[in-house]
Amino acid sequence: MTDSLLEISGLKVAYGGIHAIKGIDLHVASGELVALIGSNGAGKTTTLKTLAGLLHPAGGQIRYDGKSLDSVAAHRRAAMGIALVPEGRGVFARMTIEENLLMGAYSRSNNSEIATDLERMYGLFPRLGERKDQLAGTLSGGEQQMVAMARALMSRPRLLMLDEPSMGLAPLMVQKIFDTIRDIAALGMSILLVEQNARLALEVAQRGYVMESGAIMLSGAAGELLGSDAVQRAYLGG
Amino acid sequence: MKPDRKFVMLIAALVIALFFLPFVTDALLGRGWVRILDFAMLYIMLALGLNIVVGYAGLLDLGYIAFFAVGAYCYALTDSPHLAQAFPMLFPVGVHLPFWIVLPMAALVAGGFGVLLGAPTLRLRGDYLAIVTLGFGEIIRIFLNNLNAPVNLTNGPQGISFIDPISVLCVSLNKTQTFFGIAFPSVHLYFYLFLAFTALVIFVSQRLEKSRIGRAWMAIREDEVAASAMGINTRNLKLLAFAMGAMFGGASGALFAGFQGFVSPESFSLMESIMVLCMVVLGGMGNIAGVILGGVLLALLPEVLRNIVVPLQQALFGRTLVDPESLRMLLFGSALIVMMLYRPAGLLPSRLRRREFGGDDAAAEESVYDATH
Repeated sequence: MTDSLLEISGLKVAYGGIHAIKGIDLHVASGELVALIGSNGAGKTTTLKTLAGLLHPAGGQIRYDGKSLDSVAAHRRAAMGIALVPEGRGVFARMTIEENLLMGAYSRSNNSEIATDLERMYGLFPRLGERKDQLAGTLSGGEQQMVAMARALMSRPRLLMLDEPSMGLAPLMVQKIFDTIRDIAALGMSILLVEQNARLALEVAQRGYVMESGAIMLSGAAGELLGSDAVQRAYLGG
Repeated sequence: MKPDRKFVMLIAALVIALFFLPFVTDALLGRGWVRILDFAMLYIMLALGLNIVVGYAGLLDLGYIAFFAVGAYCYALTDSPHLAQAFPMLFPVGVHLPFWIVLPMAALVAGGFGVLLGAPTLRLRGDYLAIVTLGFGEIIRIFLNNLNAPVNLTNGPQGISFIDPISVLCVSLNKTQTFFGIAFPSVHLYFYLFLAFTALVIFVSQRLEKSRIGRAWMAIREDEVAASAMGINTRNLKLLAFAMGAMFGGASGALFAGFQGFVSPESFSLMESIMVLCMVVLGGMGNIAGVILGGVLLALLPEVLRNIVVPLQQALFGRTLVDPESLRMLLFGSALIVMMLYRPAGLLPSRLRRREFGGDDAAAEESVYDATH
């Protein structure tokens, strides 16, 4: 696995004395869409937050693009091309859609390129273009998810991490969001997708990891996981 | 804002109006009012400084007056006979640096205290931050009150007096000066000085609001985790907000000390911090014009009451039944309640706050809550 964009080995994270992640191995190759599924409290969000630099690991290695991320602060990781769409979307509620998207380009400096990307985002999410001067806090949950995704893409990431993009959304909107994820992946972006909705996640992903109480229980090609008895029983209600 | 003709004309008209304002109040309202306006401007500067911390970066600071105190004592210590009296060996004639050196020094020292407060509170937000900042404000005041022993640094509760007045270009602002045959009393001279500084503070605030730093502050205010994921160095920017706010506070403190000629710890009580915060909230958090309006209203309110309520009661009842000071708190409290009910975003809310509270009809129509919400 020399061409891995992201490579995690033996990662441990603890909150105080509680071990939330007990040594996991995971990798994402360039251009790959990888799903990390599991139930509530399995440690999925903790994994993403640690990758984004918001939490500090208690042990293990994170390598991104061949370099160790150990001493890289959160704001530097964003500039290195790691973008996080946080759980609960985390839009800047009292800023307009456009201001939100421009914040995504905070670590970039080429204004004409940023303007081009802004137009590209409005092309990808026409709904946002129609409402670009509206406050993000007044949007529906699905629209906020679009803002959060577009904002993350504005940093021109190489690795996009999505935390529960389907959370709290109507089924129709969930479908839309996942169509967009598929579109973004088709452009060659590397994506690490965390989801509770295992079926949806495995349907769009190439590979998947199943997490349980801070450890990886299963991993493999998404199609195999989708068909496996263990996953069927535990997450897909079959 | 483009400097078009209309805008330039407006500014020119404003400058002329403000130039004549002290003479007009003297003629119409009596002698004491220019002094009140001077204080109002000090409050505006303070409120604009606090607006950076609370309005832009969303860090609730209940001890802001401490920075005003630090600035005031910086000026008081360097430009008064106190050091010469307390430490005759070290400072045989005191320090007595010129105003233009002490002012930036006071701002920098206050900024340092801002970082001192900001660093240990980086992980705190909202109520928790408010409690720590409140404690910080009290610590500074109590220190000033008690640092007269074992070494007499602050002269304790007696405060420091005989502070050198501010002089600009060798012109002392402490006595009436005559320019072009017009006599400008001391309070008028201070009025123009404070006006210039207020204009500077407004200008800096406005530039900050529109800057990359200002946008990063607002992102931190809205969602710190997301802001950090955007590549914003939240630690440094929060410290910078504390430091910038504190510098404004420190500079106005130095102006206050020079103007007043006397400082003592009792000028820097918790009530003052709350007063400045109320100016920010009442006028419209995050909006410069709103904060100015809040500052003017709250600074003038007690004086207006004193000048209206007492004579009115004298005329009606022959004696003063209600003390204007207690009436002030009553009015102040009711005003806040009325504000919360009818204008929760402030008197002059910022564009975004107004829309958030649904005051703007167009925006209200736009906001769609679909089934997912």
